[in-house]
Amino acid sequence: MTTAAGRSEKLGRASVRLHESGVALLFILPSLAGFVVFFVVPAVRGLYISFTDWNLLTPPRPVGIANYAALLRDRDFWNALKVTVFYVLWNIPLQTVLAVAVALVMNAAARSSLLKGVILLPWLMPNVVVALLWLWLLDPTIGLINVAVKALGGPLLPFLSSPGMALSTIAGINIWRYLGYTALLVFSGLQAIPTEVYEAARIDGSNDHQTFWRVTLPLLRPVLAFVVVTSVLGSFQIFDTVAVTTKGGPINATKVFNYMIYQQAFERFQMGYATAVSMVLFLILVGVGLLQMKLLRAGEVET
Amino acid sequence: MKRSPLARILFWVAVTLIAAVTLFPFYWTVRTALTLPRGVYAHPTAFLPPELTLGNFERVLGLVDSATSVRLGGSGQSINFFIFLRNSIIVSTLITVGQTFFSAAAAYAFARLRFPLRRQVFGLYISALMVPGIVVLIPNFVLVKTIGWLNTYQGIAAPAFLMSPFAVFFLRQFFLGLNRELEEAARVEGAGRVRIFFQIAIPLSMTALTTLAVITFIYSWNDYLWPLLVGRNEAVRMLTVALGVFRQQGAQNVPDWAGLMAGTTLAIVPTLVLFLALGRRVINSIGFTGFR
Repeated sequence: MTTAAGRSEKLGRASVRLHESGVALLFILPSLAGFVVFFVVPAVRGLYISFTDWNLLTPPRPVGIANYAALLRDRDFWNALKVTVFYVLWNIPLQTVLAVAVALVMNAAARSSLLKGVILLPWLMPNVVVALLWLWLLDPTIGLINVAVKALGGPLLPFLSSPGMALSTIAGINIWRYLGYTALLVFSGLQAIPTEVYEAARIDGSNDHQTFWRVTLPLLRPVLAFVVVTSVLGSFQIFDTVAVTTKGGPINATKVFNYMIYQQAFERFQMGYATAVSMVLFLILVGVGLLQMKLLRAGEVET
Repeated sequence: MKRSPLARILFWVAVTLIAAVTLFPFYWTVRTALTLPRGVYAHPTAFLPPELTLGNFERVLGLVDSATSVRLGGSGQSINFFIFLRNSIIVSTLITVGQTFFSAAAAYAFARLRFPLRRQVFGLYISALMVPGIVVLIPNFVLVKTIGWLNTYQGIAAPAFLMSPFAVFFLRQFFLGLNRELEEAARVEGAGRVRIFFQIAIPLSMTALTTLAVITFIYSWNDYLWPLLVGRNEAVRMLTVALGVFRQQGAQNVPDWAGLMAGTTLAIVPTLVLFLALGRRVINSIGFTGFR
């Protein structure tokens, strides 16, 4: 009796489970279809394409590791690596420091909703729009900044048209776009620090300067780690701003990875080679991500 | 907290500086958009438009004939930002509605229902967040080309229509934080899972869903590379792509700044309206999405 009842209860539960799984399948099926078709299959297919020679017109021809071998000898590849790394170095340190500064200003404001809204605006705009705003302001002949500099007796500043300045100018444009967003992240980190901590520091005789370096900054560490890791990974993948302003030029000075891949795939139709470069970029990003997490966790303050 | 007068002054200087640096480029865009090309060239530093005009907008929206366009300082070439504006609205709306709904359904299953491989499937979704877009871009382009969806709305919208890993992640977090009691009470009353989802979970989540929808809309609106690859034709060309094309045009390689800034203003305004209406939610969501 007991066993029979137990079994039927078990069976009942099993059928509830089965029913629930059926409903769950219904719920996740559309997203799963999208995920498989547009994420999983393309990722696998991309890996396959990277081992072929393919111009989209004739069927792909397997070439083994030839694309990867060619890439190591390709000056363009090494240039893209160099340019992208320099871009990240121009972009991230300045952006992070400015974001912390802006977050501190917001934190000092009694009510900062308006300031938050204003400073987030550039981040809400398309990269293309942001690129155009600055392309116009920085235009060498009638752009406001150059006309003003000239009126004050300064030299012509070829922001986007000289190999020496173009990359840092693009970094500056993107700092302008992402500063508010990054500052808001840091700000929410600041808000999470309990006021008692500051009071305790004050009672211990710490001045503002000391409090910032010894209390605020260490407590912000997890937030800053998150901000730095995500913005580094994002800035390795810059494309839009380059495509609108310099198209990789002048003389390859701004030909970052994604722009190089775009040109290989959609201007030269070397699909195999382009995907191989994208796979290497993926590996680099995994490496950079892991390295950063390790560095940022090392010496973490135990709380 | 009491602050010294010096600290107060420094604070206001900082706030003013931040606001000015952020807003000035927008102002300069609108100023240029309201100035005819000859004014743009004659008075490059005039703070206010030398001669206020809507001519640039009429020109880029294709509201005037070719002769008038030339008189207004254009090349006479027909430009029709109405179409691009319409395309951007159609594609972004499609993506927003599809992605929000289907991601919500999936997120609800991950948060509330038990099924085999639940953790593993969710883990896979999350791992897709780390894969750079360019890796799947080329195969996705090939796929869309193969099925004949190049230069169609569905081709531009497809990859983002059924889900985004971020949307599923964001909404799952929200559903996990939702009080279960109402849903359990409904179950005791004999309501099925599907009904509970539509009649309890969704109404309780309108704030989160709206926030996500706004973010999704803005993201789709802003996207450039994918619509550039699969939607080059004027009939489906989105605003961002059109602005990129427009920048390349212009007589003797001199960009048509006045027209370009009018087009840029058109791309800014819808986001601005959306942000003014629902911006607070987006702002409040930023700490949230960053940390959990």
